[in-house]
Amino acid sequence: MKISDIVSAIDGTIICGSQYLENNVENAFASDLMSDVLTLKLQNLLLVTGLSNIQSIRTAEMSDIQYVLIVRNKEVTADMANLAEESNMVLIKSPYSMFKVSGILYQKGLKPVY
Amino acid sequence: MRLNFNIEGGDFTKAGSASSQVKKTLKQINVSPTIIKRVVVALYEAEVNIVAHAFRGNISVDIEPEQVHVQLTDEGPGIPDIDRAMQKGFSTASPKVREMGFGAGMGLSNIRDNVDTFKITSEVNKGTTLDMTVLISDNQ
Repeated sequence: MKISDIVSAIDGTIICGSQYLENNVENAFASDLMSDVLTLKLQNLLLVTGLSNIQSIRTAEMSDIQYVLIVRNKEVTADMANLAEESNMVLIKSPYSMFKVSGILYQKGLKPVY
Repeated sequence: MRLNFNIEGGDFTKAGSASSQVKKTLKQINVSPTIIKRVVVALYEAEVNIVAHAFRGNISVDIEPEQVHVQLTDEGPGIPDIDRAMQKGFSTASPKVREMGFGAGMGLSNIRDNVDTFKITSEVNKGTTLDMTVLISDNQ
């Protein structure tokens, strides 16, 4: 699924990484538990999370996850945005809940990791 | 090549910055992405452990052609029962650590799953030392 299609499907706002909107991603994983994210072997995926702090971006950086979607319009700090940009990530936020975002993206064809 | 980092306990704003630096260095010297991911996931979990549980610590990373060896030492409460700490789901993390997305008792076992050698020693009220190695082989 194209990143730009993901952004429009979940009424998203792009925080950084707009140059990668034509990229495609096949899988998504939704979690607030970063240790769980760190067990994933897959790399080209979208992380959907309600955890809006520097560690969610660090975890994505360590896990080679390029696409991060923060739900419920949680505040994204300048430190988070800077680290995401430095790591060539696309950081998106959505007003929808994790359940709603996951449902919409699953329906549109994004595959689960497990 | 040796990299050294001092880690402050409790400072979650910086947790992961040493792991990030190691990742950049391994990329620069063209280590394969699979090996880099194993090293930095293990290192990041261990770095978060120091920030979450210890007063302060040190990370030493030796990068050699055949392997990456990492030693983490900390001054802190230590681990009274290592076997128990290694069990998935066992955690003594504070609510603050859980707010940061950790503290579910998955860290030590995830570290062990990502490395080729793993040794942890600890003394209560003194601190903990973790030694781990990831081999860089042709079968990456």
